[in-house]
Amino acid sequence: EMDVNFKIAPSGLSVDETGLKWDMSDFDGYAVEAALQLTEKLGAGEVHVISLGPDVVQETLRKALSMGAAKAVQLKCDSVPFDPAAIGAALAAELKDGGYDLIMFGKMSIDGASGATQFVVAERLGLPIVHGCSKLEIADGKGTARREIEGGGELVSFPLPAVVSIDEGIARPRYPSLKGIMAAKKKPLEAKPAQLGEVNLTVAKMELPPPRAAGRIIGEGAAAVPELVALLQNEAKVL
Amino acid sequence: MPNVLAFAEARSGELRKVALEAVTAARTVADQIGGEVHVVLVGAPGIAAKAATLAQYGADVVLSSEHAGFANYAPEATAALVAARVSGGDYRAVFFSASQQGRDLAPRTAAKLQRSIAADVTSFTVAGDSVTVTHPGYTGKVVQTLTLTGSPAILSLRPGAISPAEKAGAGRTESVAPVQDPGAGRVVVTETILGDSRTLDLGEAPVIVSGGRGLKAAENFKLVEELAAAFGNAAVGATRAVTDEGWRPHSDQIGQTGRLVSPDLYVAVGISGAIQHLAGMRTSKCIVAINKDKEAPIFKVADYGIVGDVFEVVPALTAAVKQAKQSSH
Ligand SMILES: Cc1cc2nc3c(=O)[nH]c(=O)nc-3n(C[C@H](O)[C@H](O)[C@H](O)COP(=O)(O)OP(=O)(O)OC[C@H]3O[C@@H](n4cnc5c(N)ncnc54)[C@H](O)[C@@H]3O)c2cc1C
Ligand SMILES: Nc1ncnc2c1ncn2[C@@H]1O[C@H](COP(=O)(O)O)[C@@H](O)[C@H]1O
Repeated sequence: EMDVNFKIAPSGLSVDETGLKWDMSDFDGYAVEAALQLTEKLGAGEVHVISLGPDVVQETLRKALSMGAAKAVQLKCDSVPFDPAAIGAALAAELKDGGYDLIMFGKMSIDGASGATQFVVAERLGLPIVHGCSKLEIADGKGTARREIEGGGELVSFPLPAVVSIDEGIARPRYPSLKGIMAAKKKPLEAKPAQLGEVNLTVAKMELPPPRAAGRIIGEGAAAVPELVALLQNEAKVL
Repeated sequence: MPNVLAFAEARSGELRKVALEAVTAARTVADQIGGEVHVVLVGAPGIAAKAATLAQYGADVVLSSEHAGFANYAPEATAALVAARVSGGDYRAVFFSASQQGRDLAPRTAAKLQRSIAADVTSFTVAGDSVTVTHPGYTGKVVQTLTLTGSPAILSLRPGAISPAEKAGAGRTESVAPVQDPGAGRVVVTETILGDSRTLDLGEAPVIVSGGRGLKAAENFKLVEELAAAFGNAAVGATRAVTDEGWRPHSDQIGQTGRLVSPDLYVAVGISGAIQHLAGMRTSKCIVAINKDKEAPIFKVADYGIVGDVFEVVPALTAAVKQAKQSSH
């Protein structure tokens, strides 16, 4: 949750977390919801959730459990490296013997926004991957999905087991019910050390983007249109 | 001496602008380190004819792979082909676009090569053993400067961050066979559905006219379309409120969970300016907002705002833009 008071930490290398609330990132929320809906629809299988990071990620895992996931694993490390290759290696090591039919990711994280971790996992596990699914159907051991492209979409088919990453469009995350929250307290959440891979991508600096110069309201109603057009032509030079 | 590789994205037999952006980026690095620019181009038979254009933008060698199975995007075969070239050559850097296709191909290829990727970068500098890039994180709320070590450095470029620049390369051509049958991948694109091809893509349009819930109904988007048509070089965007209603397809959505855009001019029509929407467009060079509520947050980021009813202001603006375009001809 980063809507207010967004600041850079004094180190200049990360975001100041004071007053910020950790939460599941947008696309991961869609992925968890899509996974739950799949098992509900198929009437079979369980959803397990995994997160790599310090103990604060347990909150996120509990949220997923309260939404309906059956089991959670925290791959514990004090600080999360930026490099998706290092994170993906640790996730793959844990998922290797899980026997999962489908491994679901968010399309990209909010902080790193690389959209790369899922490819590292798929490659390491030797599984096919479909990235950015805005629709997903699973039937008879096969999957079909839609991916968004500029000005349209692509329909994709793939065999299971597979890795998929989820775009917006499939499902909005449900709010955990009170019953779900109670049940989640009794569900297993296992913490184990993360076996991170090599790090070749690091943060040298984090900055806030230059603020936009204060804009102005040039007028009201259609009467303001001639001035707007003049400004677009002469000042902004975009017309 | 190390060279630089670029992937040239094509669709329906035509090069996309992002292909030229990748080649331009590769040319810059090759000139700096004294190597050649090699460009991988894949497509259905006939695609190799595009090599000449790539040479104009700096390709020294165009490696074309023509195959009927490349007519649609073939993720696995394309990644295998690029990865084979990278492993078989001496490359300092490999450039992809972070287009929708590149967001699949670039990390896929990097993973195959077991290398890290700097994704969606807005600038880059090669110095010695490392490449320093800038990359927007936290949905554009911060700019991250990242250091990528090792060679080859794999990068994907945010569309529009680099302007294609003509600079002739040697333009030798070579045809290469797919290393994996493009028709026989596990992941198969069975159909490419393209929407209205008359409209420009959001990632490439210099002007975007975007509509929000203030338009009240799907049919009122014709006001937005008419304004876009008046500009002539504009694409139409929308908020999530609009795509949720089904007034526009999700592919038109701009924001945190939609497209991230940075046009020269962004016109927000009946849009409140929620933080998740701003995340997708706040880096636009000039922002215009039309909203009947003078307290709407969109006015905080708008260079020029008009407080008023979209049904009155937009038609007037469309007429005025048409006239301005005519008199400038
Ligand atoms: C996880 C998550 C992800 C999200 N991702 C995105 C995203 O990617 N993109 C996105 O856009 N949103 C996103 N949202 C939704 C976002 O929070 C807002 O709900 C949405 O942007 C609002 O769209 P809007 O401005 O069209 O509608 P509203 O907020 O309802 O605003 C409509 C505006 O129109 C004005 N108006 C009404 N009638 C008129 C009229 N006749 N003339 C002039 N003005 C008028 C009103 O004053 C108001 O300001 C996301 C939300 C979440 C929780
Ligand atoms: N620390 C992590 N723990 C678990 N999953 C992660 C982690 N980091 C990234 N992911 C997954 O990988 C996706 C892509 O992340 P990224 O490559 O950082 O954009 C995210 O949406 C998550 O599903």
